[in-house]
Amino acid sequence: MTALAVEKLSVRYGAVEAVRGLSLEVKPGEIVGLIGPNGAGKSSTLHAIMGAAPVTGGEVRLNGRSLVGRRPEDVARRGVALVPEGRRIFGELTVDENLRLGLAARRARRNGHGLGRAYDLFPMLREFRSRQAGVLSGGQQQQLAIGRALVAEPDFLLLDEPSLGLAPKIVDVVFEALAKIRDAGLAVLLVEQRAQRTVALADRSHVLANGELRLTLGPQDAGDTDRLVAAYLA
Amino acid sequence: MILAFLNLTWPTFASGLALGGVYALMAVGIGLVFGVLRLVNFAYGQLIMAGAFALAFGSQWGFPNWASILFCFGVVLALSVLMDWLVFRPLRGHSPAVMLVATFAVAFLLQNIALLAFGPLGKSAGALAILNAPWDIGGVFIKKIAVISVVTAAGCLLILQLLLTRTPLGLHMRAAAMDFRTARLLGVRANRVISGAVIISGLFAAVSAVMLSVQELTVVPTFGTQDTILVLAGVVLGGLTRPVAATLGGFSIGFANGILGGVLPADQSQYLPSLLFAMVIIVLLVRPDGLFTRGGSAVERV
Repeated sequence: MTALAVEKLSVRYGAVEAVRGLSLEVKPGEIVGLIGPNGAGKSSTLHAIMGAAPVTGGEVRLNGRSLVGRRPEDVARRGVALVPEGRRIFGELTVDENLRLGLAARRARRNGHGLGRAYDLFPMLREFRSRQAGVLSGGQQQQLAIGRALVAEPDFLLLDEPSLGLAPKIVDVVFEALAKIRDAGLAVLLVEQRAQRTVALADRSHVLANGELRLTLGPQDAGDTDRLVAAYLA
Repeated sequence: MILAFLNLTWPTFASGLALGGVYALMAVGIGLVFGVLRLVNFAYGQLIMAGAFALAFGSQWGFPNWASILFCFGVVLALSVLMDWLVFRPLRGHSPAVMLVATFAVAFLLQNIALLAFGPLGKSAGALAILNAPWDIGGVFIKKIAVISVVTAAGCLLILQLLLTRTPLGLHMRAAAMDFRTARLLGVRANRVISGAVIISGLFAAVSAVMLSVQELTVVPTFGTQDTILVLAGVVLGGLTRPVAATLGGFSIGFANGILGGVLPADQSQYLPSLLFAMVIIVLLVRPDGLFTRGGSAVERV
């Protein structure tokens, strides 16, 4: 069974308990949304999966095997890619170099299609391939960050607020790309502030508050603004 | 005319270039490790000292020169890797102050081990001293070692440049120097990148040991210490976080050192270090961000 499963996960930074007993699962070909107010523990969950946040309890399993205690680079090389918050583009490197950096997570036996997939998904990147990434617009940088996460052909894609600070038109581009990525058979775990759009796109969306799972919504709930607001205020 | 007044001759200019080249290598060696570990390795001079002693012992034991040089490389590389395992990695992620003090400790430890083992008088520098003989280049007599130093330094820097820009390891090292955390999240292996930087840094220390020991008659436990302090000043002068600027800073202070060493009358050569550091202080007062840095960096876009 191919799946990324989080079981009763707890994350603690010093005295602050960021995630408390969270369980969720994401499988190939589905998008799972993770929404909730600031400080709800969404980013901490992603970092805990990647091995970049202190897990104090529970499990993270990739295809049944524990990821807890592994280094970030090892998690990445097992086919779990993160598009970090704030994009984290290497501004002094070219677009092409940023993409090739993503190949670092390539698994030894599989060669992958190289940069082709990223260029196909975001044709803009091919056009700007030899430009310094730092001069790209925010939307272009976000496309680069997603493309960079895809070049190593991961099975699981984690995204941390990919629409943050983007113009509405660019948000459309990003969400359309996510749908395509799901259709290509990847498993997507999407952390977002845009609750309504996320609920509409995702196969199911978990609402987090105070590090705990409050509610799980399906696409049919996207129009139900009252329920969404209630979930946030609960 | 002013050059003639300063007593500046072609051989002096050549030794300036040569010392500049060696200091540039040392600056790169220190800069590479700083890039991935955020650690200023004050013990870099002691790597060079160990290499110089290896060369001296090689000569004493009757090794042919190539074998002495190989022995020097082996000793410096082994010591670099040992330093990395025993000190750098366990301290990774600690504050810069802790790491700087730790490398100070390593530096003095190694210096005192050398003092105990080899004594304060040191050893005679060995058979490579014949490279101090001059070559006749168009009527100007230039020391062989000056030419060899310039060519070797340029060659090493060129190879490094190719490695950094044309290979995956080089790309990973550059990315790690910019944002290590993100690089790891993308699958860049921290240990491999750090090992790469430490090994290249050690190779450059070994090359510097060979070049510097030719010009000295004896190898003493403090060998390379003052050079390292000057290079560190040069690196700060250039701009610590900018590799090219740091290299240029190292070159500049080496060049200035070589030139001033040549033009200062012999009875005033003891003023040379004070003069150099006075220059460094003045430059930093005028350009606190470093001599070769451009103003402003890429703006964060939304």
